[in-house]
Amino acid sequence: MTTTAETSRSRPLGLVRHSAVLAKRSLVKTKRSPGYLINGVMTPVIFLVLFLYLFGGAVSGSTDSYLQYLFPGILVMTTSLSGMLATGLNLNIDVKKGIFDRFRSLPIDRAAPLLGSVAADVVRYVVAVVILFGIGYALGFRVQSDPLSTLAAVMLAVVFGFCLSWVTVFLGVLVRDEGAVLAFSFVAFLPLVLGTSLSAPVDTLPGWLRAWANVNPVTHAMDACRALLNGGAVGDTVTQTLIWSAVLLVIFCPLAVLAYQRRE
Amino acid sequence: MDFAFQAEGLVKRFGKKTALSGLDLAATAGTVLGVLGPNGAGKTTAIRILATLMRPDEGRAVVGGFDVVTHPSRVRRLIGLTGQYATVDEELTAFENLVMVGQLLDMRKAEAGSRADELLRQFDLQEAGKQRASVLSGGMRRRLDLAVSLVGRPQIVFLDEPTTGLDPGRREDLWRLVRTMTAEGVTVLLTTQYLEEADALADHICVIDEGRAIADGTPADLKQIVGGQAIVVRPVDPQQTDVAVDVLEQVAGRRAEPVDRGVVTVPVDDDRVLPEVIQRLAAADIRLAEFSLRLPSLDEAFFALTGRSKEARR
Repeated sequence: MTTTAETSRSRPLGLVRHSAVLAKRSLVKTKRSPGYLINGVMTPVIFLVLFLYLFGGAVSGSTDSYLQYLFPGILVMTTSLSGMLATGLNLNIDVKKGIFDRFRSLPIDRAAPLLGSVAADVVRYVVAVVILFGIGYALGFRVQSDPLSTLAAVMLAVVFGFCLSWVTVFLGVLVRDEGAVLAFSFVAFLPLVLGTSLSAPVDTLPGWLRAWANVNPVTHAMDACRALLNGGAVGDTVTQTLIWSAVLLVIFCPLAVLAYQRRE
Repeated sequence: MDFAFQAEGLVKRFGKKTALSGLDLAATAGTVLGVLGPNGAGKTTAIRILATLMRPDEGRAVVGGFDVVTHPSRVRRLIGLTGQYATVDEELTAFENLVMVGQLLDMRKAEAGSRADELLRQFDLQEAGKQRASVLSGGMRRRLDLAVSLVGRPQIVFLDEPTTGLDPGRREDLWRLVRTMTAEGVTVLLTTQYLEEADALADHICVIDEGRAIADGTPADLKQIVGGQAIVVRPVDPQQTDVAVDVLEQVAGRRAEPVDRGVVTVPVDDDRVLPEVIQRLAAADIRLAEFSLRLPSLDEAFFALTGRSKEARR
């Protein structure tokens, strides 16, 4: 026992490799108990079906044309919801179960467990989005634009969900009680996702709600996806969404890593 | 002396509660240090500081030559940690848990796999290899936890109450594994609530209470203070307890303590006094429901070390 492990192995890109190992762990867990994933897809689908048949006739005259309006918003809801509910909760449970003590006693970058978890989320979003498109098509939704715009819409929704998820990663690491994380995510979810252009165009909303919907970043993401999938004018909605995503990421990613490092 | 780890004057407070109030600990390379203390004495806090999971408020700790506060990642390369509760992923199999940690320690996948197989064999967990950790028995899970902490062949291993909650047979299995580790030159810090465990495994024992060391020495040193063994007597007739106390005190020359429900114990240096105790009890016409020789309990050790009973400590 003359030299340490340090001299025997030194492979580059530690953070990336370690995050990938931990992302794989998270995905194996999802494969074995897919409850959260199914929940994350079914909640938006229930909203989709509910809104479609409740308001379709009143808002658009027919359910068919309302589906074209509603679906892109539900797409953003799916990725936002997965980011808000699953990520912070999974991390919080990990911290409490003690497995994070194991990770923290290993010579890996402290950001690796967080990055791994969030990277696995991105894979889960993509799976959720694919399932959602399947259901949308079964109900009669049709993409009106080209494949490239469709891909852009999906990527935009995923990027937005990814950046939003850092807010709950931060909370999941900061707060001790998983019930509190869940409660916060749920309370935040209602105004954030429903107080938007999801179910009706913003200019039909009453003044106070319109003011909120106009500053709500989720509205921009929904408008952008709607334009990209239905072939309307994109305007500055994509730029706005990306700026918001970047702002969320730049603020909450370092905060989450800091909170994780300081947690004892 | 060449210390594998050394802590000086560790202080840690959680709000108004002081978990550690100036704790010193040290172990020479290749030895087992037993940290003995009741619940809440600060054992886990001390381990968490040495394992870089927590920073001390005051004092300093050096592990493998590196300061835990200024060089935590160097320390992490040298240590293995087994927590009080099993820190494995319950939804992964035993094999997957081992491979995951191997890969996090920069092993290639094949290397991590063969190391995992090796540990599963060594820890008698081959059957558990394909089972999820959540379905393993308590003893198997502890063994898995220990195996996971040894993946990277650490030089220093921290075991936080590794046998709490295990039945006696399983406990001895785990002791055997700890002895195997030390035979390979690993330095071990072991916390425990059982004097018997510290006696069985440790080269050096530190008794801690309320966040500081109250006694320190080899198991033999401690036995000098505490009494190597204890005679336990329970008369059939509880009315005779007082007479039994007198008899035991006369023979052993130490204070006998009535424990509970008519049980009396007294520390003795060795078993040579046994025949005399039996003769004197028979002469006093005391019929016995229970008579045994055992190591003193932690409570008795504390009583001997501090002169305070369990009740008085609270």
